[in-house]
Amino acid sequence: MTDFAAQQPGLDPLAMPPPGAIVEDIRQARRRAGVRFALAFALTWIVLVGGMALAIASTGRVHPDFIAEHLPFFLGGIPLTIFVSVASIIFATGFALIGALGRISRNPVIYGIASLYVSLVRGTPLVVQIFFIYSALPQFGIVLPAIVAGVFALSFNYGAYMTEIFRAGIQAVPRGQLEAASALGMTERHTMRRIVLPQAVRIVIPAIGNEFIAMIKDSALVSFVALQELFWRTRTVGAANFASFETLLFAAIVYWVLTIFFSLFQERLEKRMAQSDRRP
Amino acid sequence: MAIATEPRTSAPELVLELQNVHTYYGRIRALQGVSLEVRKGEIVTLIGANGAGKTTILKTISGLLHAREGQVRFQGADITQRAAHDLVKLGIGHAPEGRRIFSRLTVYENLQMGAFTRTRAEAQEDVERMYSLFPRLRERSRQQGGSLSGGEQQMLAVARALMSRPSVLLLDEPSLGLAPILIQEVFSIIQEINTRGTTVLLVEQNALQALNIAQRGYVLQTGRVIKADTADRLAADPDVRRAYLGEI
Ligand SMILES: Nc1ncnc2c1ncn2[C@@H]1O[C@H](COP(=O)(O)OP(=O)(O)OP(=O)(O)O)[C@@H](O)[C@H]1O
Ligand SMILES: [Mg+2]
Repeated sequence: MTDFAAQQPGLDPLAMPPPGAIVEDIRQARRRAGVRFALAFALTWIVLVGGMALAIASTGRVHPDFIAEHLPFFLGGIPLTIFVSVASIIFATGFALIGALGRISRNPVIYGIASLYVSLVRGTPLVVQIFFIYSALPQFGIVLPAIVAGVFALSFNYGAYMTEIFRAGIQAVPRGQLEAASALGMTERHTMRRIVLPQAVRIVIPAIGNEFIAMIKDSALVSFVALQELFWRTRTVGAANFASFETLLFAAIVYWVLTIFFSLFQERLEKRMAQSDRRP
Repeated sequence: MAIATEPRTSAPELVLELQNVHTYYGRIRALQGVSLEVRKGEIVTLIGANGAGKTTILKTISGLLHAREGQVRFQGADITQRAAHDLVKLGIGHAPEGRRIFSRLTVYENLQMGAFTRTRAEAQEDVERMYSLFPRLRERSRQQGGSLSGGEQQMLAVARALMSRPSVLLLDEPSLGLAPILIQEVFSIIQEINTRGTTVLLVEQNALQALNIAQRGYVLQTGRVIKADTADRLAADPDVRRAYLGEI
Protein backbone atom coordinates (compact mmCIF):
# COMPACT_ATOMS: atom_id res chain seq x y z
CA MET A 1 0.00 0.00 0.00
CA THR A 2 2.73 2.43 0.98
CA ASP A 3 4.89 1.27 -1.90
CA PHE A 4 2.13 1.80 -4.36
CA ALA A 5 1.45 5.28 -3.07
CA ALA A 6 5.13 6.13 -3.27
CA GLN A 7 5.25 5.11 -6.94
CA GLN A 8 2.26 7.21 -7.79
CA PRO A 9 3.07 10.81 -7.06
CA GLY A 10 -0.56 11.79 -7.55
CA LEU A 11 -1.65 9.46 -4.79
CA ASP A 12 0.95 10.44 -2.24
CA PRO A 13 -1.03 12.45 0.27
CA LEU A 14 2.00 14.59 1.02
CA ALA A 15 2.61 15.38 -2.65
CA MET A 16 -1.00 16.24 -3.30
CA PRO A 17 -1.90 19.91 -3.47
CA PRO A 18 -4.38 21.01 -0.81
CA PRO A 19 -8.03 20.83 -1.95
CA GLY A 20 -8.30 24.62 -2.07
CA ALA A 21 -5.54 24.76 -4.66
CA ILE A 22 -7.32 22.21 -6.85
CA VAL A 23 -10.49 24.25 -6.76
CA GLU A 24 -8.46 27.32 -7.70
CA ASP A 25 -6.86 25.43 -10.60
CA ILE A 26 -10.23 24.36 -11.94
CA ARG A 27 -11.53 27.88 -11.60
CA GLN A 28 -8.57 29.26 -13.57
CA ALA A 29 -8.89 26.65 -16.29
CA ARG A 30 -12.55 27.56 -16.66
CA ARG A 31 -11.72 31.23 -16.82
CA ARG A 32 -9.13 30.62 -19.56
CA ALA A 33 -11.63 28.56 -21.56
CA GLY A 34 -14.14 31.38 -21.14
CA VAL A 35 -11.70 33.97 -22.45
CA ARG A 36 -10.82 31.80 -25.47
CA PHE A 37 -14.49 31.38 -26.26
CA ALA A 38 -15.16 35.11 -26.03
CA LEU A 39 -12.21 35.90 -28.32
CA ALA A 40 -13.29 33.40 -30.96
CA PHE A 41 -16.82 34.72 -30.75
CA ALA A 42 -15.73 38.33 -31.25
CA LEU A 43 -13.51 37.35 -34.16
CA THR A 44 -16.37 35.50 -35.86
CA TRP A 45 -18.57 38.55 -35.61
CA ILE A 46 -15.88 40.89 -36.87
CA VAL A 47 -15.26 38.68 -39.90
CA LEU A 48 -18.95 38.22 -40.70
CA VAL A 49 -20.05 41.80 -40.15
CA GLY A 50 -16.94 43.16 -41.85
CA GLY A 51 -17.55 40.84 -44.80
CA MET A 52 -21.12 42.04 -45.13
CA ALA A 53 -20.02 45.67 -44.94
CA LEU A 54 -17.38 45.09 -47.61
CA ALA A 55 -19.84 43.29 -49.86
CA ILE A 56 -22.31 46.13 -49.56
CA ALA A 57 -19.62 48.78 -50.13
CA SER A 58 -18.29 46.93 -53.18
CA THR A 59 -21.61 47.39 -55.00
CA GLY A 60 -20.67 51.05 -55.30
CA ARG A 61 -24.29 52.08 -54.78
CA VAL A 62 -23.97 53.28 -51.21
CA HIS A 63 -23.42 56.98 -50.70
CA PRO A 64 -22.08 57.55 -47.22
CA ASP A 65 -22.13 61.32 -47.65
CA PHE A 66 -25.86 61.16 -48.29
CA ILE A 67 -26.41 59.46 -44.94
CA ALA A 68 -23.95 61.82 -43.27
CA GLU A 69 -25.88 64.79 -44.63
CA HIS A 70 -29.16 63.59 -43.11
CA LEU A 71 -27.63 62.04 -40.03
CA PRO A 72 -28.86 64.66 -37.52
CA PHE A 73 -32.38 64.39 -38.91
CA PHE A 74 -32.37 60.59 -38.71
CA LEU A 75 -30.87 60.39 -35.26
CA GLY A 76 -33.34 63.05 -34.13
CA GLY A 77 -36.00 60.34 -34.45
CA ILE A 78 -34.46 58.11 -31.81
CA PRO A 79 -35.83 60.00 -28.78
CA LEU A 80 -39.36 59.62 -30.12
CA THR A 81 -38.78 55.94 -30.85
CA ILE A 82 -37.64 55.39 -27.29
CA PHE A 83 -40.36 57.57 -25.82
CA VAL A 84 -43.06 55.66 -27.69
CA SER A 85 -41.54 52.33 -26.62
CA VAL A 86 -41.22 53.30 -22.97
CA ALA A 87 -44.70 54.84 -22.75
CA SER A 88 -46.21 51.84 -24.51
CA ILE A 89 -44.53 49.26 -22.30
CA ILE A 90 -45.73 51.12 -19.20
CA PHE A 91 -49.35 51.20 -20.35
CA ALA A 92 -49.06 47.65 -21.67
CA THR A 93 -48.02 46.56 -18.17
CA GLY A 94 -51.19 48.17 -16.84
CA PHE A 95 -53.37 46.42 -19.42
CA ALA A 96 -51.59 43.13 -18.74
CA LEU A 97 -52.09 43.40 -14.99
CA ILE A 98 -55.82 44.00 -15.37
CA GLY A 99 -56.01 41.33 -18.07
CA ALA A 100 -54.23 38.77 -15.92
CA LEU A 101 -56.47 39.42 -12.91
CA GLY A 102 -59.40 38.89 -15.27
CA ARG A 103 -57.94 35.68 -16.61
CA ILE A 104 -57.60 34.18 -13.14
CA SER A 105 -61.01 35.44 -12.01
CA ARG A 106 -63.61 32.93 -10.98
CA ASN A 107 -66.30 35.32 -12.16
CA PRO A 108 -67.31 34.07 -15.64
CA VAL A 109 -68.17 37.54 -16.95
CA ILE A 110 -64.83 39.04 -15.92
CA TYR A 111 -63.01 35.97 -17.18
CA GLY A 112 -64.95 36.21 -20.45
CA ILE A 113 -64.08 39.87 -21.00
CA ALA A 114 -60.39 39.27 -20.31
CA SER A 115 -60.29 36.23 -22.58
CA LEU A 116 -62.02 38.09 -25.38
CA TYR A 117 -59.47 40.89 -25.10
CA VAL A 118 -56.58 38.45 -25.39
CA SER A 119 -58.14 36.48 -28.20
CA LEU A 120 -59.20 39.49 -30.26
CA VAL A 121 -55.91 41.32 -29.99
CA ARG A 122 -53.72 38.31 -30.54
CA GLY A 123 -55.87 37.15 -33.44
CA THR A 124 -55.49 40.30 -35.54
CA PRO A 125 -52.40 41.97 -37.02
CA LEU A 126 -50.89 44.80 -35.06
CA VAL A 127 -50.68 46.98 -38.15
CA VAL A 128 -54.42 46.56 -38.71
CA GLN A 129 -55.08 47.56 -35.12
CA ILE A 130 -52.96 50.69 -35.53
CA PHE A 131 -54.77 51.75 -38.69
CA PHE A 132 -58.08 50.93 -37.09
CA ILE A 133 -57.47 53.22 -34.17
CA TYR A 134 -55.99 56.03 -36.25
CA SER A 135 -58.01 55.87 -39.47
CA ALA A 136 -61.25 54.01 -38.76
CA LEU A 137 -62.25 55.56 -35.45
CA PRO A 138 -62.49 59.10 -36.96
CA GLN A 139 -65.55 57.86 -38.89
CA PHE A 140 -67.27 57.78 -35.53
CA GLY A 141 -65.97 61.19 -34.65
CA ILE A 142 -63.20 59.81 -32.48
CA VAL A 143 -60.03 61.58 -33.53
CA LEU A 144 -57.01 60.75 -31.44
CA PRO A 145 -53.76 62.68 -31.73
CA ALA A 146 -51.16 60.56 -33.54
CA ILE A 147 -49.05 60.02 -30.45
CA VAL A 148 -52.03 58.89 -28.39
CA ALA A 149 -53.26 56.59 -31.14
CA GLY A 150 -49.80 55.11 -31.62
CA VAL A 151 -49.06 54.51 -27.94
CA PHE A 152 -52.57 53.23 -27.31
CA ALA A 153 -52.41 50.73 -30.17
CA LEU A 154 -49.01 49.42 -29.15
CA SER A 155 -49.81 49.13 -25.46
CA PHE A 156 -53.24 47.60 -26.02
CA ASN A 157 -51.65 45.01 -28.29
CA TYR A 158 -48.68 44.22 -26.08
CA GLY A 159 -50.93 44.20 -23.05
CA ALA A 160 -52.76 41.21 -24.48
CA TYR A 161 -49.58 39.21 -24.99
CA MET A 162 -48.27 40.23 -21.62
CA THR A 163 -51.57 39.26 -19.98
CA GLU A 164 -50.58 35.65 -20.46
CA ILE A 165 -47.09 36.31 -19.12
CA PHE A 166 -48.54 37.96 -16.01
CA ARG A 167 -51.05 35.20 -15.53
CA ALA A 168 -48.24 32.65 -15.60
CA GLY A 169 -46.30 34.83 -13.15
CA ILE A 170 -49.21 34.96 -10.73
CA GLN A 171 -49.71 31.23 -10.97
CA ALA A 172 -45.98 30.69 -10.40
CA VAL A 173 -46.38 31.85 -6.80
CA PRO A 174 -46.61 28.53 -4.92
CA ARG A 175 -50.05 27.73 -3.51
CA GLY A 176 -48.55 26.91 -0.13
CA GLN A 177 -47.76 30.59 0.24
CA LEU A 178 -51.44 31.41 0.02
CA GLU A 179 -52.12 29.24 3.02
CA ALA A 180 -49.17 30.80 4.84
CA ALA A 181 -50.60 34.26 4.11
CA SER A 182 -53.93 33.17 5.46
CA ALA A 183 -52.22 31.88 8.61
CA LEU A 184 -50.73 35.37 8.99
CA GLY A 185 -54.17 36.93 9.03
CA MET A 186 -54.64 37.95 5.41
CA THR A 187 -57.88 37.71 3.53
CA GLU A 188 -57.87 36.51 -0.07
CA ARG A 189 -57.84 40.07 -1.37
CA HIS A 190 -54.95 41.08 0.86
CA THR A 191 -53.01 37.99 -0.12
CA MET A 192 -53.36 38.94 -3.77
CA ARG A 193 -52.25 42.51 -3.17
CA ARG A 194 -49.48 42.00 -0.64
CA ILE A 195 -48.08 38.56 -1.46
CA VAL A 196 -49.00 37.35 -4.92
CA LEU A 197 -48.76 40.48 -7.07
CA PRO A 198 -45.47 41.81 -5.67
CA GLN A 199 -43.85 38.42 -6.25
CA ALA A 200 -45.46 37.92 -9.64
CA VAL A 201 -44.07 41.28 -10.74
CA ARG A 202 -40.58 40.18 -9.71
CA ILE A 203 -41.05 36.96 -11.65
CA VAL A 204 -42.16 38.71 -14.84
CA ILE A 205 -39.72 41.64 -14.84
CA PRO A 206 -37.22 39.82 -17.09
CA ALA A 207 -40.07 38.97 -19.46
CA ILE A 208 -41.12 42.63 -19.50
CA GLY A 209 -37.55 43.42 -20.53
CA ASN A 210 -37.90 41.06 -23.48
CA GLU A 211 -41.18 42.63 -24.46
CA PHE A 212 -39.59 46.05 -24.30
CA ILE A 213 -36.90 45.02 -26.77
CA ALA A 214 -39.57 43.69 -29.12
CA MET A 215 -41.48 46.92 -28.59
CA ILE A 216 -38.55 49.03 -29.81
CA LYS A 217 -38.76 47.22 -33.14
CA ASP A 218 -42.55 47.27 -33.36
CA SER A 219 -42.58 50.97 -32.57
CA ALA A 220 -41.55 51.45 -36.20
CA LEU A 221 -45.20 50.74 -37.03
CA VAL A 222 -46.33 54.04 -35.56
CA SER A 223 -44.64 55.71 -38.51
CA PHE A 224 -47.91 54.80 -40.24
CA VAL A 225 -49.75 57.31 -38.08
CA ALA A 226 -47.23 59.92 -39.19
CA LEU A 227 -45.22 60.03 -36.00
CA GLN A 228 -41.80 61.24 -37.04
CA GLU A 229 -39.74 58.63 -35.26
CA LEU A 230 -36.66 56.88 -36.62
CA PHE A 231 -38.32 54.74 -39.25
CA TRP A 232 -40.60 57.50 -40.54
CA ARG A 233 -37.62 59.80 -41.05
CA THR A 234 -35.45 57.29 -42.87
CA ARG A 235 -38.33 56.05 -45.00
CA THR A 236 -39.44 59.54 -46.00
CA VAL A 237 -35.99 60.79 -46.89
CA GLY A 238 -35.12 57.57 -48.69
CA ALA A 239 -38.25 57.59 -50.83
CA ALA A 240 -37.88 61.26 -51.74
CA ASN A 241 -34.28 60.86 -52.84
CA PHE A 242 -34.44 57.45 -54.41
CA ALA A 243 -32.05 56.24 -51.73
CA SER A 244 -34.17 53.71 -49.89
CA PHE A 245 -31.35 51.18 -49.79
CA GLU A 246 -29.05 53.43 -47.79
CA THR A 247 -31.71 54.80 -45.48
CA LEU A 248 -33.34 51.45 -44.73
CA LEU A 249 -29.97 49.89 -44.13
CA PHE A 250 -29.16 52.73 -41.78
CA ALA A 251 -32.48 52.33 -39.94
CA ALA A 252 -31.92 48.59 -39.58
CA ILE A 253 -28.47 49.16 -38.10
CA VAL A 254 -29.76 51.72 -35.60
CA TYR A 255 -32.57 49.38 -34.44
CA TRP A 256 -30.07 46.60 -34.14
CA VAL A 257 -27.69 48.67 -32.03
CA LEU A 258 -30.56 49.83 -29.83
CA THR A 259 -31.76 46.28 -29.19
CA ILE A 260 -28.23 45.08 -28.45
CA PHE A 261 -27.83 47.94 -26.01
CA PHE A 262 -31.07 47.15 -24.16
CA SER A 263 -30.42 43.40 -24.30
CA LEU A 264 -27.32 43.92 -22.21
CA PHE A 265 -29.43 45.55 -19.52
CA GLN A 266 -32.00 42.84 -19.84
CA GLU A 267 -29.43 40.08 -19.37
CA ARG A 268 -28.08 41.65 -16.21
CA LEU A 269 -31.60 42.07 -14.89
CA GLU A 270 -32.38 38.45 -15.62
CA LYS A 271 -29.27 37.28 -13.79
CA ARG A 272 -30.10 39.36 -10.76
CA MET A 273 -33.66 38.12 -10.67
CA ALA A 274 -32.53 34.52 -11.07
CA GLN A 275 -30.51 34.67 -7.86
CA SER A 276 -33.57 34.16 -5.74
CA ASP A 277 -34.57 31.07 -7.72
CA ARG A 278 -32.01 29.04 -5.86
CA ARG A 279 -34.48 27.76 -3.33
CA PRO A 280 -38.08 28.35 -4.26
CA MET B 1 -53.50 8.54 31.93
CA ALA B 2 -55.58 11.63 32.46
CA ILE B 3 -53.53 12.84 35.40
CA ALA B 4 -51.92 15.72 33.60
CA THR B 5 -55.07 16.99 31.92
CA GLU B 6 -57.17 16.97 35.06
CA PRO B 7 -57.95 20.58 35.91
CA ARG B 8 -56.45 21.64 39.21
CA THR B 9 -57.43 24.80 40.97
CA SER B 10 -53.85 26.03 41.01
CA ALA B 11 -53.28 25.39 37.28
CA PRO B 12 -52.77 28.40 35.03
CA GLU B 13 -55.70 29.46 32.89
CA LEU B 14 -56.74 27.40 29.90
CA VAL B 15 -55.69 29.01 26.64
CA LEU B 16 -56.62 26.40 24.09
CA GLU B 17 -59.10 23.61 24.41
CA LEU B 18 -60.20 21.03 21.86
CA GLN B 19 -63.24 18.99 22.73
CA ASN B 20 -64.00 15.88 20.70
CA VAL B 21 -62.86 17.48 17.44
CA HIS B 22 -63.54 15.76 14.13
CA THR B 23 -61.97 17.27 11.04
CA TYR B 24 -62.39 16.04 7.48
CA TYR B 25 -60.68 16.53 4.14
CA GLY B 26 -63.71 16.08 1.95
CA ARG B 27 -64.81 12.60 2.92
CA ILE B 28 -61.54 11.60 4.54
CA ARG B 29 -61.77 11.83 8.31
CA ALA B 30 -58.39 13.01 9.56
CA LEU B 31 -59.32 13.72 13.19
CA GLN B 32 -61.64 11.34 15.00
CA GLY B 33 -62.55 13.01 18.25
CA VAL B 34 -59.46 14.77 19.49
CA SER B 35 -59.55 16.43 22.90
CA LEU B 36 -56.62 18.35 24.29
CA GLU B 37 -55.79 21.47 26.21
CA VAL B 38 -53.00 23.97 26.48
CA ARG B 39 -52.50 26.21 29.48
CA LYS B 40 -50.95 29.61 29.67
CA GLY B 41 -47.17 29.60 29.56
CA GLU B 42 -46.83 25.94 28.63
CA ILE B 43 -44.93 24.21 25.88
CA VAL B 44 -47.11 21.31 24.80
CA THR B 45 -45.97 18.90 22.13
CA LEU B 46 -47.90 16.66 19.76
CA ILE B 47 -46.08 13.57 18.65
CA GLY B 48 -47.15 10.79 16.35
CA ALA B 49 -46.26 8.99 13.15
CA ASN B 50 -46.65 10.48 9.67
CA GLY B 51 -50.28 10.99 8.84
CA ALA B 52 -51.39 10.78 12.48
CA GLY B 53 -53.13 14.16 12.20
CA LYS B 54 -50.71 16.56 13.84
CA THR B 55 -50.78 19.13 11.05
CA THR B 56 -54.53 18.80 10.84
CA ILE B 57 -54.89 19.66 14.53
CA LEU B 58 -52.85 22.84 14.12
CA LYS B 59 -54.82 23.87 11.05
CA THR B 60 -58.08 23.22 12.81
CA ILE B 61 -56.96 25.50 15.64
CA SER B 62 -55.70 28.32 13.42
CA GLY B 63 -58.81 28.28 11.24
CA LEU B 64 -57.24 26.99 8.04
CA LEU B 65 -59.55 24.04 8.51
CA HIS B 66 -62.77 23.82 10.49
CA ALA B 67 -63.95 21.01 12.70
CA ARG B 68 -67.10 19.33 11.47
CA GLU B 69 -67.90 18.10 14.94
CA GLY B 70 -66.70 19.13 18.38
CA GLN B 71 -65.41 22.46 19.62
CA VAL B 72 -62.25 24.52 19.59
CA ARG B 73 -62.06 27.08 22.39
CA PHE B 74 -59.54 29.86 22.73
CA GLN B 75 -59.40 31.75 26.04
CA GLY B 76 -62.84 30.44 26.79
CA ALA B 77 -64.48 31.56 23.52
CA ASP B 78 -65.74 29.16 20.89
CA ILE B 79 -63.63 29.71 17.77
CA THR B 80 -64.55 26.53 15.90
CA GLN B 81 -65.93 28.34 12.86
CA ARG B 82 -63.87 31.53 12.97
CA ALA B 83 -61.83 32.47 9.89
CA ALA B 84 -58.04 32.28 10.03
CA HIS B 85 -57.55 36.01 9.59
CA ASP B 86 -59.72 36.75 12.63
CA LEU B 87 -57.83 34.30 14.79
CA VAL B 88 -54.51 35.97 14.10
CA LYS B 89 -55.93 39.16 15.55
CA LEU B 90 -57.12 37.26 18.61
CA GLY B 91 -53.58 36.03 19.23
CA ILE B 92 -53.09 32.69 17.51
CA GLY B 93 -49.88 32.48 15.48
CA HIS B 94 -49.24 29.57 13.15
CA ALA B 95 -45.95 28.71 11.44
CA PRO B 96 -47.24 26.14 8.97
CA GLU B 97 -45.50 22.94 7.92
CA GLY B 98 -42.85 23.34 5.25
CA ARG B 99 -41.74 26.91 6.01
CA ARG B 100 -43.65 28.52 3.17
CA ILE B 101 -41.78 31.74 3.32
CA PHE B 102 -42.51 34.24 0.58
CA SER B 103 -39.60 33.31 -1.62
CA ARG B 104 -39.36 36.45 -3.73
CA LEU B 105 -39.97 38.92 -0.98
CA THR B 106 -36.98 39.99 1.06
CA VAL B 107 -36.43 38.75 4.59
CA TYR B 108 -37.51 42.16 5.85
CA GLU B 109 -40.68 42.10 3.76
CA ASN B 110 -41.49 38.59 4.97
CA LEU B 111 -41.32 39.83 8.55
CA GLN B 112 -43.46 42.85 7.69
CA MET B 113 -46.13 40.55 6.27
CA GLY B 114 -46.17 38.70 9.57
CA ALA B 115 -47.18 41.91 11.30
CA PHE B 116 -49.92 42.43 8.79
CA THR B 117 -52.62 42.79 11.44
CA ARG B 118 -50.70 45.45 13.36
CA THR B 119 -49.62 49.04 12.84
CA ARG B 120 -46.46 49.99 10.96
CA ALA B 121 -44.76 51.39 14.05
CA GLU B 122 -45.45 48.25 16.06
CA ALA B 123 -44.19 46.16 13.16
CA GLN B 124 -40.97 48.14 12.94
CA GLU B 125 -40.34 47.64 16.62
CA ASP B 126 -40.93 43.91 16.33
CA VAL B 127 -38.68 43.52 13.30
CA GLU B 128 -35.91 44.75 15.58
CA ARG B 129 -36.97 42.29 18.26
CA MET B 130 -36.79 39.45 15.72
CA TYR B 131 -33.37 40.55 14.53
CA SER B 132 -32.08 40.35 18.07
CA LEU B 133 -33.65 36.93 18.51
CA PHE B 134 -32.36 35.72 15.12
CA PRO B 135 -29.18 37.73 14.35
CA ARG B 136 -28.72 35.80 11.12
CA LEU B 137 -31.90 37.32 9.74
CA ARG B 138 -30.58 40.83 10.31
CA GLU B 139 -27.53 40.06 8.17
CA ARG B 140 -29.80 38.79 5.43
CA SER B 141 -32.58 41.34 5.73
CA ARG B 142 -32.33 42.56 2.13
CA GLN B 143 -31.89 39.13 0.65
CA GLN B 144 -34.81 37.39 -1.02
CA GLY B 145 -36.40 34.77 1.20
CA GLY B 146 -35.93 32.04 -1.39
CA SER B 147 -32.17 32.48 -1.34
CA LEU B 148 -31.85 31.62 2.35
CA SER B 149 -30.61 28.23 3.47
CA GLY B 150 -33.14 25.75 4.80
CA GLY B 151 -32.34 26.54 8.41
CA GLU B 152 -32.53 30.26 7.82
CA GLN B 153 -35.88 29.84 6.09
CA GLN B 154 -37.13 27.92 9.09
CA MET B 155 -36.04 30.71 11.41
CA LEU B 156 -37.70 33.23 9.14
CA ALA B 157 -40.94 31.23 9.22
CA VAL B 158 -40.88 31.16 13.02
CA ALA B 159 -39.97 34.85 13.26
CA ARG B 160 -42.70 35.74 10.78
CA ALA B 161 -45.30 33.93 12.86
CA LEU B 162 -44.06 35.76 15.97
CA MET B 163 -44.54 39.13 14.28
CA SER B 164 -48.25 39.06 15.04
CA ARG B 165 -47.34 38.87 18.75
CA PRO B 166 -49.36 35.72 19.29
CA SER B 167 -50.24 34.63 22.78
CA VAL B 168 -50.18 31.06 21.44
CA LEU B 169 -47.72 29.95 18.79
CA LEU B 170 -48.45 26.84 16.75
CA LEU B 171 -45.25 25.37 15.34
CA ASP B 172 -45.44 22.62 12.75
CA GLU B 173 -42.18 20.68 12.56
CA PRO B 174 -39.84 23.64 12.90
CA SER B 175 -36.79 21.35 12.81
CA LEU B 176 -37.77 19.56 9.61
CA GLY B 177 -34.81 19.07 7.31
CA LEU B 178 -32.31 20.82 9.51
CA ALA B 179 -28.84 19.68 10.51
CA PRO B 180 -28.55 18.51 14.16
CA ILE B 181 -26.71 21.64 15.23
CA LEU B 182 -29.45 23.86 13.78
CA ILE B 183 -32.13 21.71 15.38
CA GLN B 184 -30.53 22.48 18.73
CA GLU B 185 -30.62 26.15 17.88
CA VAL B 186 -34.27 26.08 16.86
CA PHE B 187 -35.22 24.27 20.04
CA SER B 188 -33.39 26.71 22.25
CA ILE B 189 -35.07 29.59 20.43
CA ILE B 190 -38.45 27.98 21.07
CA GLN B 191 -37.58 27.83 24.75
CA GLU B 192 -36.48 31.44 24.66
CA ILE B 193 -39.75 32.48 23.01
CA ASN B 194 -41.62 30.58 25.67
CA THR B 195 -39.77 32.16 28.57
CA ARG B 196 -40.60 35.54 27.06
CA GLY B 197 -44.26 34.70 27.59
CA THR B 198 -45.57 32.90 24.51
CA THR B 199 -47.47 29.67 24.95
CA VAL B 200 -46.30 27.06 22.45
CA LEU B 201 -48.02 24.10 20.84
CA LEU B 202 -45.25 22.19 19.10
CA VAL B 203 -45.54 19.46 16.49
CA GLU B 204 -42.33 17.49 16.08
CA GLN B 205 -40.83 14.38 14.53
CA ASN B 206 -37.88 14.75 16.89
CA ALA B 207 -40.02 13.46 19.70
CA LEU B 208 -37.25 13.15 22.27
CA GLN B 209 -36.06 16.72 21.85
CA ALA B 210 -39.61 18.02 21.79
CA LEU B 211 -40.39 16.19 25.05
CA ASN B 212 -37.20 17.60 26.43
CA ILE B 213 -38.38 21.19 26.25
CA ALA B 214 -42.11 20.55 26.69
CA GLN B 215 -44.02 20.29 29.96
CA ARG B 216 -46.70 18.00 28.57
CA GLY B 217 -47.32 15.97 25.44
CA TYR B 218 -50.00 14.16 23.50
CA VAL B 219 -49.36 11.07 21.43
CA LEU B 220 -51.52 10.74 18.35
CA GLN B 221 -52.38 7.79 16.22
CA THR B 222 -54.66 7.84 13.17
CA GLY B 223 -56.55 10.91 14.24
CA ARG B 224 -56.91 10.05 17.93
CA VAL B 225 -55.07 10.92 21.12
CA ILE B 226 -53.75 7.64 22.51
CA LYS B 227 -51.66 9.04 25.35
CA ALA B 228 -51.58 12.29 27.27
CA ASP B 229 -49.09 12.88 30.03
CA THR B 230 -46.28 15.03 31.33
CA ALA B 231 -43.31 15.21 29.01
CA ASP B 232 -41.04 13.38 31.49
CA ARG B 233 -43.40 10.47 31.85
CA LEU B 234 -43.97 10.23 28.09
CA ALA B 235 -40.23 10.25 27.44
CA ALA B 236 -39.87 7.40 29.92
CA ASP B 237 -42.87 5.44 28.64
CA PRO B 238 -41.68 2.18 27.03
CA ASP B 239 -44.44 2.26 24.38
CA VAL B 240 -43.55 5.78 23.36
CA ARG B 241 -39.85 5.00 23.32
CA ARG B 242 -40.46 2.00 21.12
CA ALA B 243 -42.78 3.73 18.68
CA TYR B 244 -41.37 7.23 18.44
CA LEU B 245 -37.90 7.32 19.81
CA GLY B 246 -36.61 4.48 17.69
CA GLU B 247 -35.91 2.05 20.54
CA ILE B 248 -36.50 -1.65 20.32
N1 LIG C 1 -55.26 17.96 1.73
C1 LIG C 1 -55.57 16.71 2.13
N2 LIG C 1 -56.50 16.00 1.46
C2 LIG C 1 -56.82 14.76 1.86
N3 LIG C 1 -56.29 14.14 2.90
C3 LIG C 1 -55.36 14.78 3.61
C4 LIG C 1 -54.96 16.10 3.25
N4 LIG C 1 -54.02 16.51 4.13
C5 LIG C 1 -53.85 15.48 4.99
N5 LIG C 1 -54.66 14.44 4.68
C6 LIG C 1 -54.76 13.18 5.41
O1 LIG C 1 -55.09 13.44 6.75
C7 LIG C 1 -54.35 12.60 7.63
C8 LIG C 1 -53.62 13.45 8.64
O2 LIG C 1 -52.66 14.26 7.96
P1 LIG C 1 -51.72 15.30 8.68
O3 LIG C 1 -51.10 16.12 7.63
O4 LIG C 1 -52.48 15.99 9.74
O5 LIG C 1 -50.65 14.32 9.32
P2 LIG C 1 -49.35 14.68 10.16
O6 LIG C 1 -49.51 14.01 11.47
O7 LIG C 1 -49.11 16.12 10.16
O8 LIG C 1 -48.24 13.91 9.32
P3 LIG C 1 -46.74 14.31 9.01
O9 LIG C 1 -45.93 13.92 10.19
O10 LIG C 1 -46.40 13.46 7.83
O11 LIG C 1 -46.70 15.76 8.70
C9 LIG C 1 -53.44 11.79 6.74
O12 LIG C 1 -54.02 10.50 6.60
C10 LIG C 1 -53.42 12.49 5.45
O13 LIG C 1 -53.30 11.58 4.39
MG1 LIG D 1 -47.66 17.29 9.36
